Amino acid sequence: MTYILESENLTKEFNGITVLKNVNLKIPRGRIIGLLGPNGSGKTTFIKLCNALLTPTSGKLLINGKKPGVETKAVISYLPERSYLNDWMKVSEIIGFFRDFYEDFNAHKAYDMLKSLNLNPNDKLRNMSKGTKEKVQLILVMSREAQLYLLDEPIGGVDPAARDYILDTILRNYNEDATLILSTHLIADIEKILDEVIFLKEGQVVMQQTVDQIREESGKSIDSLFREVFKC
Amino acid sequence: MSWDLSSDRPIYTQLIEQIELRICSGVYPPGSKMPSVRDLAQEASVNPNTMQRALAGLEETGLLYTCRTSGRFVTEDRARIKEVKARLAKDHVKAFLKKMKELGFDHEEILEILRDFSGGDKK
Repeated sequence: MTYILESENLTKEFNGITVLKNVNLKIPRGRIIGLLGPNGSGKTTFIKLCNALLTPTSGKLLINGKKPGVETKAVISYLPERSYLNDWMKVSEIIGFFRDFYEDFNAHKAYDMLKSLNLNPNDKLRNMSKGTKEKVQLILVMSREAQLYLLDEPIGGVDPAARDYILDTILRNYNEDATLILSTHLIADIEKILDEVIFLKEGQVVMQQTVDQIREESGKSIDSLFREVFKC
Repeated sequence: MSWDLSSDRPIYTQLIEQIELRICSGVYPPGSKMPSVRDLAQEASVNPNTMQRALAGLEETGLLYTCRTSGRFVTEDRARIKEVKARLAKDHVKAFLKKMKELGFDHEEILEILRDFSGGDKK
């Protein structure tokens, strides 16, 4: 089977500044992967490239064996760092919107999750707190039955209890053929659910290893290793 | 029983230990069917692949076995479970003794403390 994501010497420059440099990755299906790195290390740029929101300066990037575009967008469920949803809409309206847009959207699942988090589908996005908005967005993204989930900072703004629920949701919706890549700074909270981590430093991959391998070899948590590798 | 996982050791070895403990204490009785990988992973909040690996490890040591069509079961071999129990007990005692020696107690003193303790608290 082909890799769900493959990149070869992927490089991205903005006005002569190199943001990603020769990124080589092979990511199989059925994994939960943490994309970790300090601010400005290229995490969001990488995710945007996968979503065809940016185009590479050079190198190759394949999603499901294809170049990012219309076809790959159908199999990727993407949580951007910023919201693009219309503020004046009710949650139920947005769910209808998603159902129209994505064939693999499961509205049932979305309503179930709203209920578990005590969110009212008739509330308007505008009237919600930052954290609640984030929850709604994540619910929408996880309600798709996609092959690749790309979550850019999914748990940053939510409280620890909701964070647990979200991680739970990720595990519950885990499907053997789907891969989930999430970027975050909250490593300690998520490392238990990860198969593998990718460390990005100044636009380059400095490490790609399984969590247990790292713990075995270094005797440290990913969180402490991160603090060591990226010590300021 | 909650799943306590420390952050500095491989997760799958800790899962193996915790499941061993559950088998020894009868949470998963001999011959009983184990919950699914997905359910266990969710319960412990860990990656399903890691849980799968731990269960495979327990199959290798004979504490669990897979029935092709009906799932994964705890061994019915009580002697085997007893062995594991003895090993776990040994580990605990070793760790305890090490701590006590660090505190500066010698063998006799440790025994005395234990005697006092079990005399006062019949738990």
